[in-house]
Order: sequence, then structure tokens, then C-alpha cells
Amino acid sequence: MSTEPTERDPEVTGPASREPNAAPPGRVAPALVDAPPRPVRHRPPARIAGVVLPAWAPWLAVAGAALLMLLVSLIIGFSVGLFVVGTVVLGGIGQYGWSRAVEGPRRATDRGVTYTIVAAFALALTPLVSLLYTVIQRGLARFDEQFFTWSMRGVIGEGGGAIHAIYGTLIITGCATLISVPIGIMSAIYLQEYGTGRLKRSLTFFVDVMTGIPSIVAGLFAFALFSIFYGPGVRMGIMGSVALSVLMIPIVVRSTEEMLRVVPDSLREASYALGVPKWRTITKVVLPTALGGIVTGVVLAIARIIGETAPLLITTGVVTSVNTNPFDGRMNNLAVYAFSSYKSPGVPPQPSIDRAWTAALVLILIVCVLNVAARLIYRRFGTEIR
Amino acid sequence: MTALAEVAAKTVRISDLNLYYGTFLAVKDVNVTIQPNKVTALIGSSGCGKSTFLRSLNRMHELVLGAYVTGEVLLDDVDIYGAGTDPVAVRRQVGMVFQAPNPFPTMSIYDNVAAGLKLNSRRMKRADMDEIVERSLRGAHLWDEVKDRLGKPGMGLSGGQQQRLCIARATAVEPDVLLMDEPASALDPISTLAIEDLIGELKKEYTIVIVTHNMQQASRSSDMTAFFNIEGTGKPGRLVEIDTTEKIFSNPSKQETEDYVSGRFG
Repeated sequence: MSTEPTERDPEVTGPASREPNAAPPGRVAPALVDAPPRPVRHRPPARIAGVVLPAWAPWLAVAGAALLMLLVSLIIGFSVGLFVVGTVVLGGIGQYGWSRAVEGPRRATDRGVTYTIVAAFALALTPLVSLLYTVIQRGLARFDEQFFTWSMRGVIGEGGGAIHAIYGTLIITGCATLISVPIGIMSAIYLQEYGTGRLKRSLTFFVDVMTGIPSIVAGLFAFALFSIFYGPGVRMGIMGSVALSVLMIPIVVRSTEEMLRVVPDSLREASYALGVPKWRTITKVVLPTALGGIVTGVVLAIARIIGETAPLLITTGVVTSVNTNPFDGRMNNLAVYAFSSYKSPGVPPQPSIDRAWTAALVLILIVCVLNVAARLIYRRFGTEIR
Repeated sequence: MTALAEVAAKTVRISDLNLYYGTFLAVKDVNVTIQPNKVTALIGSSGCGKSTFLRSLNRMHELVLGAYVTGEVLLDDVDIYGAGTDPVAVRRQVGMVFQAPNPFPTMSIYDNVAAGLKLNSRRMKRADMDEIVERSLRGAHLWDEVKDRLGKPGMGLSGGQQQRLCIARATAVEPDVLLMDEPASALDPISTLAIEDLIGELKKEYTIVIVTHNMQQASRSSDMTAFFNIEGTGKPGRLVEIDTTEKIFSNPSKQETEDYVSGRFG
């Protein structure tokens, strides 16, 4: 069907009828008569008009595939995995074939690729949805007032809360942010605005290496560093902050550098041309222009490190009571709290396991809030850069 | 507040100026005097070094990595490439307007005009600042269009208005020389005309050097015209001749200038 040549009626496409007000036969302009014959052109036929499947066609294809798989299940026995995989694969193949038969190969390819992408997206989303569902379902059991007002001091069995861990998470992460943001932003300014040659290249390389440091190594580094000054076995909140900074700094450097890079040079030049020195150009023109992106990057870096467990396990330790001084003794936090509650629940185990799930839920909520905050900040302060 | 000194348009004397990008000689042997209170147009084909030359007049050329200059550029009688010269101070006297309008996106219209004063942290009274902003915007023929929305972002203006905003921003710091790198090439004919009229008035106070690809613009708005040319790719650009605009466009002394201005280039 698609191979038949396109109809071309010479009467319709001819030069004479293209001009509706063509001169009557007796007074034809000489140029038109003497015009050389049009060169013959060739190209594959292109159909502009055609049949399109209705909008519900993909759904029908998948439903048909599901029905078919049910019938197959009746014969060989039902299994969820086989049913889902079979439905998705058969739905895609069926849809492609149907579309190819009715709409032609180009639209069929389009539908096939669209279907594949949607299926891949759904596949990627499945663990996330499952995880959220599990955490919310199990975490809601102890998502009560006591959880946010009590610590675990003297609590055995039921009850108890995680206020000490929530404080710990906020304090440790806050200190880590205080350490990382100035260092990270200033490093990024150096790399993007000042650095040249070998020093810049090597710094960039080491920042990349730092991005890949396993978090436990960061924890061991902080532990070893503080052991030098305080002796072995020391535990402090600030040690955790230092360990987290090691993880956070490269993320802040990378995102800030990227944001500074997209600030157009024309703005820097405009500022220089007004006789503004370089450092003021950076602080008053470049940084404000990139501010939204930088803040977003920082917030996302916080969200990335707030759930770290391993480095905090060895640097801040496990404790059951509230400690708000990061320079004095052990300090719990939500990730370690969840880990230790689940690992050694005691007897009976259920209350402790419930608390672990709730701690995980609270942690996820904090990360969600941070992500939303990042988006809002970007919308509020983000600058349109052309 | 530092005492204010009276300023006036200055003469720019350029002698034996060579401009390099690394080892590449981009423009060679420029000897020319740019007169005060006149508009000097730089014309020539793309890549012949007009913009590079222009940027060397306020030491913006060196911002490119590896770029440097030999020769002398005297602003009245001070060599801006002299040993002790501060490039930042040079740029305060030699302002620049760029090809594409580039208002600061984070700033309001008012702050854009005041940017040169604020960013240089000149302490001044609000009333003085208001006066300078108003005077600069009036000078750029923009005041009536924006006086009711000075607090709005500068990016909200049209392209032509943005370019006039940039001119106001450049004049607000009271430079002696104003460099313009194809200031109207991104604008429609009406905005272009507005900019050209503006240039005609600005020359009463400043020395103006303008790069343009538009011959009509050069002939309409300039007093002097300098023609730059290049012998071929990889060769340095050079100043062919400079003369009054009238002479360059009617009876230039060099054949290649004649070819270029009459459209028979190449």
C-alpha cells in the first residue's frame, strides 16, 4: 500500500492552473508559453493523510494482552511475575503490530518506542513505590506524639521516642552544612573564576575522586583524625559532621561550579566595563545570578547526606538520651537509630522494630521537605539566564 | 564621599599597537588618534580585528586567556598600558556597550543604571543616586518609558529598551570615552534609529568609538571612519585608513577602502 506512487494529476499541479487568474488563451504571456518543460523529480512517496488509531488503542492492546495471559494462566497455572512480564511484552508487541498494519511503519515505531519508555519508567518507579508503601504502612504504627517528644532514656519495651535522634540528625547535618557550604562554594569560585592550568586540573580531579569516596571511609577518616587529638574511642557529634562534610563538599563544589558556568560571560564583561573589580563582580553579579541554582544544589547535597548511617555509626555512636552539644559525647541520629533499633530490638522485639520503621519514615519526610524546599527556593530566587 | 572632579571627553592616541591572542597576532601596527567629542566608526569585514581593537581601548582584550598587547594607548597623556596603570581604573574612564544587550538579570531597572556606582561602593545619598539615574535614563531616551517601573527587572524590557538601559548604565559612571561594539546589530530599525540619534547626542559629552557592520549606520552617525582589513585567514588585521566619514564614503584614498564601501569587496 505504501509502495504505490503518489497520484499526481498534471492538470492539478500544472503551472497553468496554479495561477487562478491565468490570462485567457488568446493573451497568454509569452514567457509562460516558452517556459522550458519542468524537470522531472523523484522521491519516495509520502502520505500526509492517513488512518490513526484511537487514543484508547494502547490500553486496549495491554488489556488484550492481560486477557491472553489470564487464559494462558488457566492452562499452566497462575504466577504474578509471568503474568506481569507477559502482559507488558505482549501488549507492546501487539500494539506495534496493530499500529504497523493500520497506521504504517513510522507511527508504529513511534508507538513502540513510546511504549518502551513508559514501561521502563514504570519499572524504575516500582521499587520506589513499593518502598514508600512499606515504610509508610509500617511506620504509621508509631507515628504519634510520643515518638516526637520522648527519647529512649530508660525505655525498655513499648513506648519511647526518637527526639534525641531527630535532634542529632538536625545538629550533625547542620554542622556538616556549615562546614561544607563555605568551603564548597569558595572552591567552586576558585575553580570556575580564577583557576587555570595544572592546579585547576588537579583540584578538579581530586574533587571527582572525593565524589566517589565510600561513606565508611569518610567515617574512618574522621574517626582517625579525632583519635589523634582526643585518643582512641572518642565519640562526638562534630566528628560525624566532619565525616559528612567529606561526602558533602564535592557535591557542593560540583553543583556550584555548574551553576557558575552557566552565568553568561557577557554579564561579567558588562560589570568589568563599568570599572568593577573582579571580586566585586563575582560577589555582586555572578553569585546573585547563580544563587537559586547554588541554594538548590546545597539543599540537594544535604538531602543526600542526611541519611548516611555507616560513618555516623563509628563517629557519633549510639546513645539513648538527648544530647544537643556536638562537642561533647555521643549523639544519636535517625539513620543510626533505625539501624540499631532493628538490629538489636530486645525482648519483646516488636516495639523496637516499629520505632525503626517510624524513624525511617521521618527521615524520608525530612528529605521530601528538603526537596520541596529546593524547588520552591529555585522558583523564588532562580534567575532566568538567557 | 570622595570629592568629585570635573571630567571631559578625552583624546585617545594609539601608537604601534599590536594585539595578540597567545602567539597569534590579531591586529598589527595601529597608529591612530581618536578625537574627543567625535564619533569614530570602525568598519571592515568580519574577523578583521575591529572588535579586538575596540576591546583593547579599555583593557577588556586581556580578559581572554593568553591575550596581550604591545604598543601604547594614551588617554589624553596617560598610557593605559603603562607599568603602574590599574585596568579597573581604566575601565571606569572608558565605558563599553556590547553587541547584545546585557542588563544584570538580578537587578531592577534602577539598580541596573546605578550598578556602576553601587558595585564600586561609592557611598552617596539616595537623592544624589536618584538624580544620576534619572539623568542617565533621560540621556538614553528611556526615562519616559520606564519612569513608572524603575523597580521592575531590567530583563522585562524589549531588546531596544534593554540596549538603551545598557547605554544609561555605561554613562551613569561618567566615563570620558564610550566604546560601542555593534550596539544596534541585534535591534529592529526603529530601535536602531533611536540608538543612532542617541549616539549623536552623546558625542557632546563623550568620545565615542563604534564598531558597525552597517555602512549606512557608519555614514549616518559618525564623524570619522576607520577602515580595517585583513589580507587572508590567519593573517593579522590592520588599519587601512582613517579619515572623515564623508571622505571615506565618497572619495577614499585607498582602492581597497573604495572596494569595500562601494560593495565590491573581495
